[in-house]
Amino acid sequence: MNLLNYTLKYLYFTLLAVISIWAVIFYVRMIAEIRDSLDDGLENDKMLVIQKVAHDPATISRAGFNEHNYAIRQIEKDLAKDRKDDYRDTMMYTLNERDLEPFRVLTTAFKNNNVYYELKVVASTLEQDDLVRSLFYSLLGLYAAILISILIINNVLLRKIWIPFYELLARLKVFRLDQHLNIATTTTNIKEFKELNLTVSALVDQSVKAYGNQKQFIENAAHELQTPLAISLNRLELLAEDQTLSETNIESIDKVITTLQRLARLNRSLVMISKIENHQYGAVETVVFNDLLRTIINEYQDLAEVRQVSLEFEDNGQFSAMINKDLAAILISNLLKNAINHNISEGTVKILVSQSGITFINTGRKEALDTQQIFERFRKGSSSKTSTGLGLSIVQSIISIYNFDLNYCFNDSHQHIFEVSIKH
Amino acid sequence: MKILVVEDEAELREVIQQSLEKQSYIVETAASFGEGLDKIASFEYDCILLDIMLPDGSGLNLLEELKALNTSNNVIIISAKDSLEDKLAGLDGGADDYLVKPFHLAELNARVKSVVRRKSLNGNNKIELARLCVDLEDRLVTINHKELVLNRKEFDILSYLVVNKNRLVNKTALAEQVWGDHMDEADDYEFIYSQIKNLRKKLREGDSGVEIQAVYGMGYKITIV
Repeated sequence: MNLLNYTLKYLYFTLLAVISIWAVIFYVRMIAEIRDSLDDGLENDKMLVIQKVAHDPATISRAGFNEHNYAIRQIEKDLAKDRKDDYRDTMMYTLNERDLEPFRVLTTAFKNNNVYYELKVVASTLEQDDLVRSLFYSLLGLYAAILISILIINNVLLRKIWIPFYELLARLKVFRLDQHLNIATTTTNIKEFKELNLTVSALVDQSVKAYGNQKQFIENAAHELQTPLAISLNRLELLAEDQTLSETNIESIDKVITTLQRLARLNRSLVMISKIENHQYGAVETVVFNDLLRTIINEYQDLAEVRQVSLEFEDNGQFSAMINKDLAAILISNLLKNAINHNISEGTVKILVSQSGITFINTGRKEALDTQQIFERFRKGSSSKTSTGLGLSIVQSIISIYNFDLNYCFNDSHQHIFEVSIKH
Repeated sequence: MKILVVEDEAELREVIQQSLEKQSYIVETAASFGEGLDKIASFEYDCILLDIMLPDGSGLNLLEELKALNTSNNVIIISAKDSLEDKLAGLDGGADDYLVKPFHLAELNARVKSVVRRKSLNGNNKIELARLCVDLEDRLVTINHKELVLNRKEFDILSYLVVNKNRLVNKTALAEQVWGDHMDEADDYEFIYSQIKNLRKKLREGDSGVEIQAVYGMGYKITIV
C-alpha cells in the first residue's frame, strides 16, 4: 500500500466517525429547536383561545379537533388546580396522509366564569423518521463528496507534489557505490523534500568517499605490503644458500618461504580484485576465446597431469567478446584452475566453446556447491593450503564489469558446470 | 661487471646487493632519485636496477635522464606495480625489463644476466659449465660439442639452473619460470620433480660433469661434480 492510500485509509475512518457524531449532535439539537419553536407557538395559541373564550363563551361549544386545532372540555376544580402546562408528543390521524402523524400537544387548564376547563392545543410536528432518513442520505452524500475530492486531490495534486520523492527513490534503487559518484535530485519547493534531497546527497557523497577511501586503503595496504614481503622472501632465499645450515634449518626456512609466498599471492589477488573493480585494467579489444583457451589449456596440462585429471577441449564455434586481454586470460585460467583443483583423482575437465559461450564441466565432490557462497571472498571449497580463496571472486569481478553471465549448475551425473556467456 | 641498484628501501637494497655480489658483480647503490642521478652522470654501469617509486622523484624520470645522457645502460625496473600499463610505461621509457616485487633472487639473477648478455657487444649467449654448454639464444645444449636433445621444459629448467649456477633455486621460482605464474597455486611440485629426474638422467648419460642437487625439498642447484 503506498503512502497516498495509506493516509487515505485513516482519513476515511476518521471522517466517517466525525460525520456520524456530528449527525447525532445535529439531529438532537435540531429536534430541540423545533420543539422549542412549536411549544412557543402552542403557548401563543393557548392564550389566543383563552382570550377568545373570554369574549365569546360559545367558542367552547364550537371547539374540537375536527374543525380547530384545539379542544376544550370541562373538568373538576380540584383537577384544574394542579394542572400545569404540559407539552408532549402524540399521534393523530390526518386525512391527507391517511395515517397517524406526529403532533405536539399542549394540555392546560383555565377558568372561565368559575368553570374549569381543560384545553388541548395541537400543532403538527415534523416526522422524525423522515428527518433521520433525509439527514442520513444528505450526510452520506457529503461523505462521498469529501472522499472523492480527497481522492482526486491526492491522485492529481499530491502525486505531483511527491514526484521528487519518487524520483529520488528510483535513483536510490539503481544506485551502486562502485559505479556512481553521486546522486541526482529533483528540484522542489517543499521543505521536507529539499531536506531529504540534501540529506541523501550528503549521505551518498559520504558513502562514496568512505568507499573510495576503503578501496584506496586496501590498494595501498596491499602495495605497501609487497616491499616488506620482497625483503623477507629475498633474505630467506639468501639465508637458505648458507652452506653451514642443517637440513632442519633449511626445511624451516622453506616453510616460512612457502607461507610468505602464499601471503604475497593473497596480496596480489587483493590488488587485482580492487583494480578490476576500479576499472583500472585498460584497453578492451575483441578477444577470440578459442585461441586463448587452447593456449591456457596447454599451459595447465602439467597441473592436470599431477592431479591425475584429464582435460578435454571441444571447439563448437567461435566465441569472441570485447574484453581486456589480461582479464580474459585470468578469467579462463581461474575457472580452469578451479575445475582442476577441485577435482578427483582420475577425474575429467571438459571445456566446451561455442558461439554462445564457454562451458567448464568437471567431476568433483558429489554434491552441488552452494551458489550463494562460491563467489564470496575467502570462501574455500577445500582445505588447500595454497588456495587463496579469491579465484572465483576474481572471476566474479571480471564477469560483472564486462556484463558477462556466469551460471553454475550440478547435473545428474555429479558434474559441476560453470558456464560463461555474454549477458543479453 | 658493474651494477647500480637504485632502491629507497634500505633492506631490499642490501639483499639485492648481497645476492648480486655472490655472482661476482661489482654493486653500487643509490637510495634516492638524486643519488641515482649523480651516479648515472658520473659512472657507467653494465646494468641498472631501478625502483619506480622513489621518495624524491619517479624512476621513469631517471630513465629519461639516462636516455638524454645517451649512455647505453641496461635498465631493469623493479616495482610493486604489476599492471600492463605500468610495465609498458617502463618499457616504452627505454627499460629493458620489468620485474615485479616480490621477486625471487634467482629470477633477478636470470634477468640481469639476460639483459647484460643482450646488450654486450660480443654477443656471448653461451654459458659453459664443465663439459656442458648451453646456448641461450639458439636454445641448444651440447656436452663435449655433442648435442643433447631436451624438450622445452627440460631446456627451460636447465637454462634457469645454469644461469643461477652454484646457487639454490627455489622450486617455486623454477615452477614460475618454466610453467608460468599460474602454477603458483599448485600445492606440490611433483611435476618439477619428474622433469628434473629426466634431466638428471640425460646429464648423467651424456657425461656432462654437472649435476642437479636437490636441497632438502626447498629447491635445486646445479654444480660441477
